[in-house]
Amino acid sequence: MALSIPYLLTIITFLPLAGAAIVTLVPGDGAKKWLALATTLVTFLVSLLLWTNWQDGYAGMQFVEDVVWFAPLGIRYALGVDGVSLFLVLLTTFLMPIAVFYSVLYVEHRVGAYMALMLLLETAMIGVFVALDLVLFFVFFEASLIPMYFLIGEWGGKNRVYAAVKFFLYTFAGSALMVVAILIVYFSTGTFDILALQKAQMPLAVQTWAFLAFSLAFAVKTPLFPFHTWLPDAHVQAPTAGSIILAGVLLKMGTYGFLRLAMPVFPQAAEQFGPLLATLAVIGILYGALVALMQKDIKSLVAYSSVAHLGYVMLGIVAMNAQGVSGSILQMVNHGLSTGALFLMVGLLYERRHTRMLDEFGGLWASVPVYTGLFLVVAMSSAGLPGLNGFVGEFTIMLGAYNYMPIFAVLAAAGVILAAWYLLTAFRKMAQGEITNPANDRAHLKDLNGKELAMVIPLVILFFVIGLFPNLFFDKINPSVEAMLETRAAILQQATAEQTPAFELAEIMATEAQ
Amino acid sequence: MFDSVWLLFAFPALGALIILFAGRWMSQKVVGWIASLAVVGSFVISVLLWLGLLALPAEERSVTVHWWDWITIADFHAPAAVLIDPLSVVMAMVVTGVGALIHIYSIGYMDHEPRYQRYFFYLNFFILAMLTLVMSNNFLGMFVGWEGVGLASFLLIGFWFDKRDDLYGWYADCGKKAFIVNRVGDFGMILAMIIVWSTLGTVVFTELNEAAHHLAPATATLICLLLLLGATGKSAQIPLYVWLPDAMAGPTPVSALIHAATMVTAGVYMIIRTNALWHLTVDAGLVTAWIGMLTALLAASIAIVQTDLKKILAYSTVSQLGFMIAAAGLAAYGAALFHLVTHAFFKALLFLAAGSVMHATHGVLDINRLGGLREKMPTTYRTFLVGAAALAGIPLLSGFFSKDAILVVELQKNLALYLVGIVTALLTAIYSFRAVFVTFHGQPRDPHLYDHVHESGPIMTVPLWILAALSIVGGVINLPFVLTLEHWLEPVIGEHEKIPLVLELLGITISIVVAVLGVLTARALYLTQEGWAKQLAQSFAILRRPAENKWWVDEIYDVLIVRPLKGLADWFAAFFDPKVIDGAVNGVGAALNDAGEAVRKLQNGAIPAYALSILVGVVAVLFYFLFFVG
Repeated sequence: MALSIPYLLTIITFLPLAGAAIVTLVPGDGAKKWLALATTLVTFLVSLLLWTNWQDGYAGMQFVEDVVWFAPLGIRYALGVDGVSLFLVLLTTFLMPIAVFYSVLYVEHRVGAYMALMLLLETAMIGVFVALDLVLFFVFFEASLIPMYFLIGEWGGKNRVYAAVKFFLYTFAGSALMVVAILIVYFSTGTFDILALQKAQMPLAVQTWAFLAFSLAFAVKTPLFPFHTWLPDAHVQAPTAGSIILAGVLLKMGTYGFLRLAMPVFPQAAEQFGPLLATLAVIGILYGALVALMQKDIKSLVAYSSVAHLGYVMLGIVAMNAQGVSGSILQMVNHGLSTGALFLMVGLLYERRHTRMLDEFGGLWASVPVYTGLFLVVAMSSAGLPGLNGFVGEFTIMLGAYNYMPIFAVLAAAGVILAAWYLLTAFRKMAQGEITNPANDRAHLKDLNGKELAMVIPLVILFFVIGLFPNLFFDKINPSVEAMLETRAAILQQATAEQTPAFELAEIMATEAQ
Repeated sequence: MFDSVWLLFAFPALGALIILFAGRWMSQKVVGWIASLAVVGSFVISVLLWLGLLALPAEERSVTVHWWDWITIADFHAPAAVLIDPLSVVMAMVVTGVGALIHIYSIGYMDHEPRYQRYFFYLNFFILAMLTLVMSNNFLGMFVGWEGVGLASFLLIGFWFDKRDDLYGWYADCGKKAFIVNRVGDFGMILAMIIVWSTLGTVVFTELNEAAHHLAPATATLICLLLLLGATGKSAQIPLYVWLPDAMAGPTPVSALIHAATMVTAGVYMIIRTNALWHLTVDAGLVTAWIGMLTALLAASIAIVQTDLKKILAYSTVSQLGFMIAAAGLAAYGAALFHLVTHAFFKALLFLAAGSVMHATHGVLDINRLGGLREKMPTTYRTFLVGAAALAGIPLLSGFFSKDAILVVELQKNLALYLVGIVTALLTAIYSFRAVFVTFHGQPRDPHLYDHVHESGPIMTVPLWILAALSIVGGVINLPFVLTLEHWLEPVIGEHEKIPLVLELLGITISIVVAVLGVLTARALYLTQEGWAKQLAQSFAILRRPAENKWWVDEIYDVLIVRPLKGLADWFAAFFDPKVIDGAVNGVGAALNDAGEAVRKLQNGAIPAYALSILVGVVAVLFYFLFFVG
């Protein structure tokens, strides 16, 4: 029996917030930096208790906390993690120290505010993954928006204000829809309890509208084609640490939303719209890869590769079978690590050369071999080379997709070719060929130092651990996924047995229109 | 005994790690010997495994060593496990045996290379990946090795990533091309693995036999054609062979090891390994056989007009792989593996001998600048001659027996295939001796170059002698009528199909005639009657020009596939994404902005206030519904 630790999730969620408060109070940029880093490190170490005290094989929520928050509406402060969310929490707490350490090294402008916002962001992100109440989920979901908006808008590149506002308005539009969806759900069922909602029966019309509203909100966040155009702008303008977190964690709030809410709570609607979502997902895979191939700015290339990668994640979720969903959850983690690492590597190069244009480079393998070798490992992880992490996720997702509808697996597999194409094209331009620009030669360009290696190496180690021993993760993911799928299947069966007739649907829609 | 199989992997893994982390403090010789000894260690282990299997009765010669459960989701299982059986130990012995010789040879060949640590690291990594490919007991494990060798190949083709010349362009581009073209094959592999699991419920090779019984023939055909796509990538067959000639940009020992002896045979190995599926479909096998023989013919036709020694050998490799693939398609798995093994010997030998020439001429391999080298490089000449003779199918050498084994099967099963095979065999004999005569006989065409040529040192010539010996006697592993190798493989591939004695003798006779005819033709054309060659070239101009231009296959792919895709991608990136999708977004944004002007006064402009007002709004609406509607 695992040792239960009271308020563990609350502690993990709000430790960064407390850290943010202290960071704003202590004087001196140095102190603020190291305090922020210490906070994220402690949060990471505490979050490891989730792993060590995990009850293996248990499908339900663990480390549950449940307090009434606002009684009249039944809003609760309810937290918990299961196999679906565990590794997203750990991904967040793992990536944060890396992002913060990067900022410790390279951010000089308004350090206190910057660090406080980063920590605020961490609380919001963890909150999204552990919230079991719809209102609480929404509060955290929205709360993540604000720090990221400021991080891009204040610490970003030349076009930061445009990118920040676009990011905000775009995802904010999604949020507005989510409010509507939450209300629809509440008035249909009378509860905000996410777990109860997964077992609830809702009329098809309600399901349809709520599903569409939730889906739009999450599709923007993910981002699913064609709602992705905020992403390249946001990434290109965001500071490196912001990109790491944006790609690494923030996007997963969208796919997590699909997986936790949209798909299981509205099973019938989800089934109807599944093929549409899967189509958008594979378009994203192929389209994102092709656009990535043409990018001249490495950051923008990585951003479009995210569109492709998140397409795989979505595809697995839509498949709604064990391989697809478990694969998707692992792939969320994989994408967070690989793409986070890609942004980190690009950032490290940018700090040296103050450019991210591929044409400006060439021949780096001769001048900075350690950097280049690690970049190749990261690129291969992103390209899904077997033995590294990405392959396990992508393959199991395609397995799931095939058993959902074979055509999607075929198209997704074509994406594997394109991924190698754009990544190797970038590598070719950056690392191979001759050194034509003296700024890239051995005398001017320094290879990675110890501190920088300390950020990259943990990521690379995880690539191998996940690639070679994915069952360390699947053992914890699978039970919850299988339970969720069983519940969903039971609800669907029940719904088919009762058969909401078509005219009733029209009626409800008419009533709602009034 | 079999538990020690982990050592097979541990040696090259350890070698690679030592070189990666400590190589910078070691000399070229030390690094080279660490890498070489690691592979020698693996070779010893693979011989021990073979002896271990020999000690078992035939029906028990299939030992699975389970390491850990790799991927498990619901009813999907992929273990990390190795399969020790007659097929895998033969492959392991070839990979580590030829691999060890080439490692040692490399110590001499790469003696002036400043980035030697990288080179030997890649080489050991390759061995590790190749062993994973041939030893894994399931599709996914094999695929790990499959992609791993692809990565090693990419790294080694582009080893001189900052170099370019007229023959190859940027070497780095050749590596990139190899990886991406192989990914097209992987597309087939991935789908095949998915369908195998979805229809059979397992990805473990030893369970395929049992599970495959209730597989519909159409599904089996589909799976096998997808596997064939994978094989055409790795084993350089039509339509994906185009990367292999360019792969010669890599250091010559790499061409010998990866792009002749081992990695490129992975497709052949894979078909043999999955023979349980191929038994269920005749169609896929026939397609495979035709792909193989047409590739063999096409590549031979190109080889005969190439002027770079390595390119001749590269197209020859494509051609010989075609024979193996064809044999596998005709279910002559024993013959396919036989030719795979002998080809590993004589083609590695030919490449290493070519490398010896290259080492002496400082990189010049254009046969129009060579000639008369036999006096200055006697060992290289003699060993190259042995390799060429084996390739040409000169009687009693290893290549004669193995190629004949394939031709006889074609003679028995499909006369059209056999005719293509005979023509190809004739071309093979001609181009191999063209290479010999033009390079080593006659007068030096570039006296200046000739003056500086010298024989290579023993670290390079000893591996040549060993491989030459193997190329001569390698045939004994599967002599006609004795068929040691085929009997050894029976636990994996089933009973050998009997070939009537008449056919066997007829086949052998024709093979001998063809080989001798080919050599004599080459002698006439390139040695005694050089005018004939010119005349012949003129009268066959209609064929020669396309062949010299490699039938424009690269150009056709470029126009039909690469450019349209790039054009589409460019249109997406330059127009569709920023103008259409983002244009719509910005249009909606602008419209909202206009509407927003009206209510602007209500708002203070700070964006977080929006978020706050959302919360307030939520609560307000909730209250409204709760108290007034509910």
